[in-house]
Amino acid sequence: MTVLSVSDLNVSFSTEEGRLLALKNVSFDVPERRIVGIVGESGCGKSTLINAVLGLLAKNGRIDSGSILFEGRSELTSLGPAQMRALRGVRISTVFQDPMGALNPVISIGQQMVNIQYRSKRSKAEKIALAAEMLKQVRIPDAEAALARYPHEFSGGMKQRIAIAMALMMEPSLLIADEPTTALDATLEVATIELLKALQEKIGCSVLFISHHLGVIAELCDDVVVMYAGEVVERGTTRQVFNDPRHPYTLRLLECDPARQHERTRHLPTIPGEIPDLRRRPEGCIFAPRCHRRHAACAAAPPDIDVGRGHVARCFLADRPEPAEATA
Amino acid sequence: MSEAVSEPPAARSGYLKAFRRVLREPLGLLGVTLVVLMVFAAIFADVLATTEPSRIAPRDRFLPPGAEHLLGTDQLGRDLFSRVLHGGRIALSVALGATGASLSIGIVLGLIAGYGPRWLDNLMILVFDAIKSFPTVMLALSFVTLFGPSLTAVVLVVVIVNVPGYARIIRTQTIALKTAEFVTAAQSMGASTARILRVHILPNVVGPILILASMDIPVVIAIEAGMSFLGLGVRPPTPSWGSILNDGFANIRETVWIVVAGGMPIILTTLGFTFLGETLRDIFDPRLKAR
Amino acid sequence: MSGDPILKVDDVEVAFPVGRIGRRSSILGVAGVSFEVHRGETFALVGESGSGKTTLARAVNGLQAISRGTITFEGRRIDGLARQAMKPIRKRMAMMFQDPVGSLSPRMTVGDLVTEPFRIHGLEDRNLKDETARLLALVGLTRDFANRYPHQLSGGQARRVGVARAIALNPTLIIADEPTAGLDVSVQGEVLNLLNELRERLGLAMVVITHNLHVVHHIADRVAVMYLGRFVETGETEAVFQAPAHPYTAALLSANPEPDPDKARDRIALPAEVPSLLARPPGCEFHTRCPWAEARCSREVPARRDVGGRRVACHFPLAPGARPPPRKERPHV
Repeated sequence: MTVLSVSDLNVSFSTEEGRLLALKNVSFDVPERRIVGIVGESGCGKSTLINAVLGLLAKNGRIDSGSILFEGRSELTSLGPAQMRALRGVRISTVFQDPMGALNPVISIGQQMVNIQYRSKRSKAEKIALAAEMLKQVRIPDAEAALARYPHEFSGGMKQRIAIAMALMMEPSLLIADEPTTALDATLEVATIELLKALQEKIGCSVLFISHHLGVIAELCDDVVVMYAGEVVERGTTRQVFNDPRHPYTLRLLECDPARQHERTRHLPTIPGEIPDLRRRPEGCIFAPRCHRRHAACAAAPPDIDVGRGHVARCFLADRPEPAEATA
Repeated sequence: MSEAVSEPPAARSGYLKAFRRVLREPLGLLGVTLVVLMVFAAIFADVLATTEPSRIAPRDRFLPPGAEHLLGTDQLGRDLFSRVLHGGRIALSVALGATGASLSIGIVLGLIAGYGPRWLDNLMILVFDAIKSFPTVMLALSFVTLFGPSLTAVVLVVVIVNVPGYARIIRTQTIALKTAEFVTAAQSMGASTARILRVHILPNVVGPILILASMDIPVVIAIEAGMSFLGLGVRPPTPSWGSILNDGFANIRETVWIVVAGGMPIILTTLGFTFLGETLRDIFDPRLKAR
Repeated sequence: MSGDPILKVDDVEVAFPVGRIGRRSSILGVAGVSFEVHRGETFALVGESGSGKTTLARAVNGLQAISRGTITFEGRRIDGLARQAMKPIRKRMAMMFQDPVGSLSPRMTVGDLVTEPFRIHGLEDRNLKDETARLLALVGLTRDFANRYPHQLSGGQARRVGVARAIALNPTLIIADEPTAGLDVSVQGEVLNLLNELRERLGLAMVVITHNLHVVHHIADRVAVMYLGRFVETGETEAVFQAPAHPYTAALLSANPEPDPDKARDRIALPAEVPSLLARPPGCEFHTRCPWAEARCSREVPARRDVGGRRVACHFPLAPGARPPPRKERPHV
């Protein structure tokens, strides 16, 4: 069963200077029990995508077309606010970059974790027990005592783990994690990712993991979706995309990661140029101005080409990859 | 190296852009119109007034508005239109002058309190709180006692009452900005405290205050009118909207027009500045960016 | 890289008072650090939050008072100088800050921003327009950027403005605090390449603060790894990367994985919690998280010694390619 299926999603915002097309024909799937990563840089539309899924688009945004199918039966684009509220926190939950987005500073975390369970029929004692159990799962030391404490008494890394515990407590089918480790130190990030992985296996939920940190995506995710300027330029399993990138942007992005460079070099690769103004989207391929492989055909919008076993790239040259030496 | 991205040129100044946006809002347009009207009338009072505001004509008392006396006459036969125009001069010069003075003093004190050493901040807050705990009327009475009923007393009262409020706001913003990275960057370049306050902090904290000030102007006008109404402000025969109101109130049985003449300009000016201020505030509210 | 060092930091300590009246104590943000930087050299300070690297950088720049030790710049002692005396020094030592856009005054144009150093030091007789054009060209921005405001710049562009401002008065030393923070991966290289290029062209010395070891690899000649305010390992970048001698360095290196899904997961996992500066662990301060810790580590403070060209503060410096022993319950965790 596919937990989340996004098809041809188009989202735009009305601004003072015109209509801004934030997402264009975005399609990807999150199968059951899989971790899907979304990789992209600033302006790629990841936040808009999450907001669209959660029904939290700003007032000046709207879903122009497309579908977001959840658990094979709920069409999220047509649900009203009350129905979305019923889903959020129960079937779909989120963890954000800043744990204080989930933690109320004036309520003890135990109380917050009990409050989250308000829809459940359990007794208060059972709710407290579940809360303590979740804290133990995320390795918060001295879990029972921790219930009585307030968010500010915990360090950043611990707060994030508490936020993860809160998100997974109701055993959702989909966890959306938006840059959950970006603000954490590297060594902390490692521990948090391992935790997330362990919990995901245990609970059996799917995870949509958004990050710009390629190393973490490679390690954690089963599948990956690469976004650029509001479009999905490539998707597939992590192995497919990282070992055999078929879209020039993916290729260049991987090249740019300093961790990928083994020898010391005085000149690091970059991708020249900037993302285009999304209020004036060009007709053709959105990456063409910055692409080292652009040619005449790129003046038209490229199709999604399947290069085998679900590995899709939105590029005319997707099935004609460059030989390895040429990309040095 | 990256080439410049072609982009529409930045607006000359943020203020010009804001002004144009104000004009696009109906209330904003109305506000600006009223304010401009009032200021124009005040500046050109001499030219626009049909007669001398203090000229007494006992035979023409209590005339309703007509061709010769646009707003009628008061209990001494004085032309109300002329009195209102000249009263406007007083009202607006007090309003703008006193507000200007309060702003300047408030900004300076606020910057010092926010950026300076802790003990100075504590001391200044103490003084501000002490001032704010005085009821305005009492303050007014004390100053009138000291300086006699006069414009000076009014202005002083207004300034003293307004300074703590502005200073407080500037102080809070300054404290917030003190630790901003661009301020640290300026310090690391060797900028003096005066330069940091003037170039880096002041322009970034002054915005909200200007909006508040424009919404405070009606309050100042009301204070002046109130004091004059009570006889504590300008002395007769100098016309003031407040004293016209007073005359109107005393003679309400004879005619209603004096009250109207005194009250209307106050209402119009208040509305004008309030609409203007609120429109400005709405424009600068980041949450309402989208349309 | 010969000759006298441009910057010499000697046994510097930075203490912060904590607690209220009656219960005052202090914590050491920087707990005794020494290093030198020579002309044309890039020296990197690496550490995570709480390591003291930013505090140390600010202390060198005179923005933070030190409680012990000396800082010598171009042969002159600069720690504890009064503000007026420090001002001319600031022409020769420039600092770049973490937030690319936030370190630029929001209501000033790019032109004003890059020429501010001239105005601060009373050098207004220069043709500021020419200087603006020159500086912008040096960092690869065209002239029309001079009229933009910070909020109209991308992260990469804002960074370059910061660099332009830093080199405005031809300093001999630049301190760059997290130069790649807030930048997308695809533009990180821009800033690093630019700094490298300028360094060669203008003969600058640089101190780079970062938590990203991979960035360090490409830009620094020497690196110092900091933990809880002390250096745990210093040495030439290449050597430190090939064979980290201190367990913390090894853990940091393994914590930034390569984006390769097939690579073996040889992660060195550390218990996540960093000790509080109020309660520094006895002996070697890293022992509470160190996979190789032994009894001696909790009792004795390790002396700094030379290992393969590096200075390491560890009782049992790692051999190249060392793997952590199997996880066992550690009583002190």
